[in-house]
Amino acid sequence: MLSQDLKTYLVVAAFLLIIGVYGVVQRRSFIGMLISAELILAGAGLNFMAFNRFIAPEPAVGQVFTLIIMGIAAAETAIGVSFILAVYRQFKTIDPIQLNELQESCLCGIPEADDGPVVPSGGEPGDQDI
Amino acid sequence: MSWADIFLEAVFYVFVLLTVFGGLLAVRTQILMYTVLGAGVAFLGVAGLFMFLGSLFLSMMQILIYLGAICIVLVFGIMVGYTPRQVAEQGIRGQNLLLAVPACIASIVLLRSAVGRTIWPSAPAAERDFSLDAVGVHLLEKYGLAFELISVLLLIAIIGAIIVVTVKEDPR
Repeated sequence: MLSQDLKTYLVVAAFLLIIGVYGVVQRRSFIGMLISAELILAGAGLNFMAFNRFIAPEPAVGQVFTLIIMGIAAAETAIGVSFILAVYRQFKTIDPIQLNELQESCLCGIPEADDGPVVPSGGEPGDQDI
Repeated sequence: MSWADIFLEAVFYVFVLLTVFGGLLAVRTQILMYTVLGAGVAFLGVAGLFMFLGSLFLSMMQILIYLGAICIVLVFGIMVGYTPRQVAEQGIRGQNLLLAVPACIASIVLLRSAVGRTIWPSAPAAERDFSLDAVGVHLLEKYGLAFELISVLLLIAIIGAIIVVTVKEDPR
């Protein structure tokens, strides 16, 4: 039975890890990258629980660890979403490729005449449309 | 194998499929709200797998924390932050997809073969105590420091999130 086999859970956790890494690499918005990181953390928790269930001699330790991972994931999401909101308010973009400058003055290099959203070179206009 | 076992096995497959297709939906769709939906489905599948791993408590905590807190925060982040034209993101632009997908498939095949080849030591299956009492005792006695640290971390995260979001906008 597959549900009583350690390898099944490990393969599912590995799938979550790989697909999370793929999402972090491939996503074009910060929220998508954050969600992919959450998938990675869920895979890590599943791994902990699987090893705890089938191998570890102490059954409650894995549950404690998974609870701590969940707490860290919640804190990470709160901080991440607040960062994303602050970045979006400052720079008016969700594209990580356009946010390649840490220093704010580089984004203000556009003449002061227009106060529209700053679109640095590299992003095609209308790229965010469906 | 009785009918109850077959039914349980089918439910297990359903949870595995929820996890897999939720993850695929979360990384492949273009509308950000669907991304949150896919992640929520994947978290629900993981919660079911936790139940099969013998911990109903962690299953409930997974649903509470991931589906009830994290997904709601992400939905708020999408709805508050972005203008409606930007809730959809363009997919990957092209040439890197040919590299990324084979890399991911190769990674999962390699991990699968490594998992399959390893001989795992089997634990003594008797007297497994997955009860909530053991978890509580561990959290307050042996892992008390980690428990306190996670509390402090959550407090700092809350305060930091409030400070970061309410910072004054740059008058340009």
